[in-house]
Amino acid sequence: MTAAVFFGCAFIAFGPALALYIFTIATEPLRVIFLIIGAFFWLVSLLFSSLFWFMARTITDNKDGPIQKYLLILGVLVSVLIQEMFRFMYYKLLKKASEGLKSINPDETAPSMRLLAYVSGLGFGIMSGVFAFVNTLSDSLGPGTVGIHGDSPQFFLNSGAYPLIEKTRLNKTFMTLVIILLHVFWGIIFFDGCEKKKWSALLVVLLTHLLVSALTFISPHYGINLVSTYIIMVLMGIWAFFVAGGSCRSLKFCLLCQDKDFLLFNQRSR
Amino acid sequence: MIFPSRDFKVLSGFSSDLEARGVLCSPEPGTSQGRAMLTFMASDSEEEVCDERTSLMSAESPPPRCCQEARQGLEDGENAAQWRSQDSEEDLDDADRYVCSGVPGQPLGLEEELTLKYGAKHVIMLFVPVTLCMIVVVATIKSVRFYTEKNGQLIYTPFTEDTPSVGQRLLNSVLNTLIMISVIVAMTIFLVVLYKYRCYKFIHGWLIMSSLMLLFLFTYIYLGEVLKTYNVAMDYPTLFLTVWNFGAVGMVCIHWKGPLVLQQAYLIMISALMALVFIKYLPEWSAWVILGAISVYDLVAVLCPKGPLRMLVETAQERNEPIFPALIYSSAMVWTVGMAKLDPSSQGALQLPYDPEMEEDSYDSFGEPSYPEVFEPPLPGSPEGELEEEEERGVKLGLGDFIFYSVLVGKAAATGSGDWNTTLACFVAILIGLCLTLLLLAVFKKALPALPISITFGLIFYFSTDNLVRPFMDTLASHQLYI
Repeated sequence: MTAAVFFGCAFIAFGPALALYIFTIATEPLRVIFLIIGAFFWLVSLLFSSLFWFMARTITDNKDGPIQKYLLILGVLVSVLIQEMFRFMYYKLLKKASEGLKSINPDETAPSMRLLAYVSGLGFGIMSGVFAFVNTLSDSLGPGTVGIHGDSPQFFLNSGAYPLIEKTRLNKTFMTLVIILLHVFWGIIFFDGCEKKKWSALLVVLLTHLLVSALTFISPHYGINLVSTYIIMVLMGIWAFFVAGGSCRSLKFCLLCQDKDFLLFNQRSR
Repeated sequence: MIFPSRDFKVLSGFSSDLEARGVLCSPEPGTSQGRAMLTFMASDSEEEVCDERTSLMSAESPPPRCCQEARQGLEDGENAAQWRSQDSEEDLDDADRYVCSGVPGQPLGLEEELTLKYGAKHVIMLFVPVTLCMIVVVATIKSVRFYTEKNGQLIYTPFTEDTPSVGQRLLNSVLNTLIMISVIVAMTIFLVVLYKYRCYKFIHGWLIMSSLMLLFLFTYIYLGEVLKTYNVAMDYPTLFLTVWNFGAVGMVCIHWKGPLVLQQAYLIMISALMALVFIKYLPEWSAWVILGAISVYDLVAVLCPKGPLRMLVETAQERNEPIFPALIYSSAMVWTVGMAKLDPSSQGALQLPYDPEMEEDSYDSFGEPSYPEVFEPPLPGSPEGELEEEEERGVKLGLGDFIFYSVLVGKAAATGSGDWNTTLACFVAILIGLCLTLLLLAVFKKALPALPISITFGLIFYFSTDNLVRPFMDTLASHQLYI
């Protein structure tokens, strides 16, 4: 519709991910590679989920009716399971690669598992967000008929459908943002759970992912859906922060500009 | 085809010995001896490691033997100079050839670790141009209508796909593919034959003609279509001035000397232009079958002992010449760390292009940036042992690979019914394929075909995303569900 809508939605949805990428990943080639491999793993998981859904649909002979909706819900839940499975497989691959690197050269510091957890989570998140949102974004540059084909914009102006389209687009924007951040936090928690063999962490990640997906079933109540997802994201964020080694003390120092790196940089003492 | 770029670094231990032997005399550009000198000056550190190892490269046919000898010799504690002396009776060109390391005392594992460490950098050095080329192609396809309109076909694909039956369409596309592949095979064999019989002028003329066409004619058409799309008026004098400048600078950069970045940019642009031509003029099904067939051909041509591309690479390596710069994208990047005294000389040495007088024409040196030939001989006995001299060498990727990657992604963008997911999936698949190919390059250390893995992944992901993922994602999007 307009460039303003396009850029606004694009930056809301992908702004944090872009900032994270530019400041933490773009400088190191190895991290970029792991990010892209993470994105690839998510893509393969999506492929398998679509295959499952497609096969389920062909088995039920494409009959219309409530069965399609149930199949879709089943497809979503199976997809979440497959995504977490692929996250686990990526963890195994990274573990093997880390060990390989360590055995070849014990002195060289390979990226730590925590860093790889973050990178992989970001990879999953970016790919997931892009796949969910990029079609909507490109449609917003078009004549403004999101999701509906063949009708003229005038029809929509008169029919009062624009508010709904706008609401839909905004909902998608914020959902994309929260999904990307959630994937980052899930990645960190998941890998940490795998490292410390805390299988409860894996289970919680899986359950929250299922919960977030299930919450989207209650559309069109976008408000409840979004707010609860954001609450879950904040909780996951706090958990991931503590799992990744942060603490209240370090947070306080960081906010008061008294953390070690900042002080070293400015050559002051605490 | 992807292969390590060749630089002429030699073990540092040799340099002092050679100075003693008086080999390191004043620079004589134009002689292989001068080149040898320059190459020796490049490496002074005792920490020398095999470049090709470190930059995912190596092993040309004679050098692996040299590498083995070197490693044997050094592991036996022999003086490196002795090994060098054995070779000095041979063609001095061998001295210029890249010699693998076997720095005395360093375990083999260090080289592999360095391979992995530097490997990531080289992967990114290839990701960036491939991504740029694909972005240019996809942006053009999505915005300029001209390249998605059907306006006839090339003479290489004479069979039309407008037939009513599926079987007939499939047959026609297979026939188109056969004709196209045989044309490509014939041209490659012709090129290799010309190269073997040293008809450099003919090859050079051919490459100049084709880059002239790309840089002037196709650019003119492209610019015209872009201006038409955005409804921007441009008068003919301005247009001719722009195209002339663009084309002339391009010809100079590609075929003669120029800044590396500019040369890389021009190579990316001509690959994108060529890919756009293919996307426009190849009918749909033929394009996919051709992509599949060309990756099989690439595999055969590069890996089979009598494959034309392999023979081309081996002949170039035997003659110690770089392969035509107009056909290869080189990601050469050089930096030295801690070279307190010798920065200018080492930089000059590393970038030394082939002597123009060695061959009849000047097409050889453009893979590397041209630095001035001035350098100073290294100070004898300078203790560079503790300095970590890390000189990176790039990896070279053939322009054909760029072109076919972009054709795949462009076709996905053109025919994906306005769907960006397919394009993105193909993009990620190609990058992953390139990553795997570079990993194999690090393992095998010789020229490898860059098309098969990427194109296979790209094709798998195109067809599966278009047919399986797209309906799923569309249904999810219409119900506002998130996975």
